[in-house]
Amino acid sequence: MTDMTEDLTPASHSAPDPNSEHGSVFDGLLGGDPSHWAFGTDFEDPLAGVDTTIPDGVDGHDLGVYCLMLADDALIASHRLSEWCSNAPDLEEDIALANISLDLLGQARLLLARAAAADPSLVPSLPAGSPVPPEDALAFFRTDGQFCNARLTETDNGDFAVTVVKALVLATARLALMERLRDSRDAVLAAVAAKAVKELAYHRDYAGRWFLTLARGTQESRRRIDAALRTVWPLYAELFVPHEVETRMAEVGVGVDPAGVADEVAVVLAQVFALSGVETPDIAPMVAVRGLRGRDGSHTEAFSKLLGEMQSVARAHPSGRW
Amino acid sequence: MRDYYRPIGQLFARDLPEDHMSVTTTELEAGFDATVHRGDRIEPRDWMPDGYRRTLVRQIAQHAHSEIIGMQPEGGWITRAPSLRRKAILLAKVQDEAGHGLYLYSACETLGVSRGELTDNLIEGRQKYSSIFNYPTLSYADVGTIGWLVDGAAICNQVPLCRTSYGPYGRAMIRICKEESFHQRQGYELLMTMMRGTDEQRAMVQESVDRFWWPALMMFGPPDDESPNSAQSMAWGIKRNGNDELRQRFVDMSVPQAAALGVTLPDPELRWNPERGAHDFGEPDWTEFMAVVRGNGPCNAQRIAHRRRAHEAGAWVREAATAYAASLASADLGVPAPTSADASQRETGVRA
Amino acid sequence: MTNDVRAEWPLYEVFVRGKRGLNHVHVGSLHAADDDMALRHAHDVYTRRNEGVSIWVVQSHLIAASSPDEKDPMFGPSNDKVYRHPTFYEIPDNVPHM
Repeated sequence: MTDMTEDLTPASHSAPDPNSEHGSVFDGLLGGDPSHWAFGTDFEDPLAGVDTTIPDGVDGHDLGVYCLMLADDALIASHRLSEWCSNAPDLEEDIALANISLDLLGQARLLLARAAAADPSLVPSLPAGSPVPPEDALAFFRTDGQFCNARLTETDNGDFAVTVVKALVLATARLALMERLRDSRDAVLAAVAAKAVKELAYHRDYAGRWFLTLARGTQESRRRIDAALRTVWPLYAELFVPHEVETRMAEVGVGVDPAGVADEVAVVLAQVFALSGVETPDIAPMVAVRGLRGRDGSHTEAFSKLLGEMQSVARAHPSGRW
Repeated sequence: MRDYYRPIGQLFARDLPEDHMSVTTTELEAGFDATVHRGDRIEPRDWMPDGYRRTLVRQIAQHAHSEIIGMQPEGGWITRAPSLRRKAILLAKVQDEAGHGLYLYSACETLGVSRGELTDNLIEGRQKYSSIFNYPTLSYADVGTIGWLVDGAAICNQVPLCRTSYGPYGRAMIRICKEESFHQRQGYELLMTMMRGTDEQRAMVQESVDRFWWPALMMFGPPDDESPNSAQSMAWGIKRNGNDELRQRFVDMSVPQAAALGVTLPDPELRWNPERGAHDFGEPDWTEFMAVVRGNGPCNAQRIAHRRRAHEAGAWVREAATAYAASLASADLGVPAPTSADASQRETGVRA
Repeated sequence: MTNDVRAEWPLYEVFVRGKRGLNHVHVGSLHAADDDMALRHAHDVYTRRNEGVSIWVVQSHLIAASSPDEKDPMFGPSNDKVYRHPTFYEIPDNVPHM
């Protein structure tokens, strides 16, 4: 687990720049050099200068769907984490969970935009003249059956232990995937992955430390982490079952076959479990309904409730400007 | 009350005759008054009158509680934000509010009161928070209106506090004001964007402004002649401006902003008074204000219950971390630390 | 295990080096169960917008603080020790880089 601490990269996220546009009433209050303040305003566009053409021999529809899979995992995981806001065990954890949520939301936005560019037919149609951008049309106007996130991301947060286990599993699997995706022939995916790797390493570290802490904390926290592991584990295996689109994208050097990272993820998790004195669960995976899983648009009851809430305002104003 | 830092330097003081070491309270008070009068800051270990300390604890705690309770009215819309950009902005904003609460609790802790005690005071109703957060948020436009009017009013209140006499409070306020300025802008920008949208959206904005205008004016507190603590706070340099003066400044600032936005402020008495060089405006409903302060606002009970639930539901997590830290600290347990013990790792590289 | 709802973590002070070449500067406080968690919290709370290249944390109660009394000999003015002031040393104008 020591290697998880090496790269404590900032959980950076875009936030509005207070120094942009017209001046502020605070101008002059703080002096000219912002470097001694622990807040800053410089943000980089992760796609600046990146070639956005679709690589030769790559099917636009497949690329779009593949981007949706990566995007939806991040979007829905981010949404669940954002539900912690004002509910976390302490203020510091509130801030940390929001950072992770913001990172994942940032990944989702880049990937949704890429999906829409790769195959515009994926974007739901809206009333003529609607100013809703493609990323929002994809997030707010698809039905639950059109989402292809893994079911792990959509289930309820549960208590802090369940959230920690979900975050640990997701960050570990996604990190292994993104590390390989940095070599994608699609320059956009490669750039997104390069940014995501730094963020996910931090998420994995955060969740791993909390897993260890809860497992070795009190009897109560140990009881809860054991229960959480049993709750989450049935959804673990699905992360490594390749969808045919993932397989095809891996074959053309654009995507990563999730089955190929399963062993690495298992080794990392086994390290965390061993340090924590926890057995790797022996629980059968949740069944694929008629052979369909999250990637195929088959979801849990919790998901339609989540979407109902998430999409409520946007859907009430299909021509709205936000 | 506990000491914030470990005090030293008593080695020789103990050996000195009683009359030599004890400076009289009058002298201490004179020194304190002189420091405040010079415009210098009072720092945590300085002598300060009990009343000054009590007033600061009350005001900073109330301010911190407002930030933390203030996460809820907007936080409820994070999961319903109508665009991904707005979702990111709102989450970052509510996250900032957690940070602001944290900075302010820290400032309060330099006065010898712990965050835990302050949280107890909040959820047991012994300390207040800003009444504005006892009003409900009913549409997404409220996110914009809170940014524009509520954060705008807060900024009017808070910018002078950057120069407050108590050092840690002033420093927390500087950091907070810097971040608040973008909160206000994001709110106003959301409303401007919505005003360029559909008729329905414009109606949402107007309806939201109608609900929040008067509560925003009440945020400056009752008129000065009915505000019992104001005079002493001004003398101590904790407060720098009167309630009415700040309220007037806020109205004068908001009127042209409302016009640029294309919304009507819901006050028939609002008009420019060329003789005063300021806007005349109507009287907020102080009966409603007092009722909300007394706990009878639309959301008082729900806000406290939410905070209590989060605090109590988090207890087992905080306890687990404490127990784990203690187990690491006791060397004989033989539990490996999660990181290398290499001291160089203490200095964490933050940037890649 | 206690039944204390408060279960409060110790207070830490946070120091951030804003950029290379600068001193660490005190930026505020936070609560954490131990040093590692304090560093992580400091990272999340005080550098979440990318600020800073290095963080120090220390439990507040471990900081030894001088007396604030200005009569304290530690803060006696050292104006009588003029050799501590650069103007004490007269250097001809034609000496470069002094």
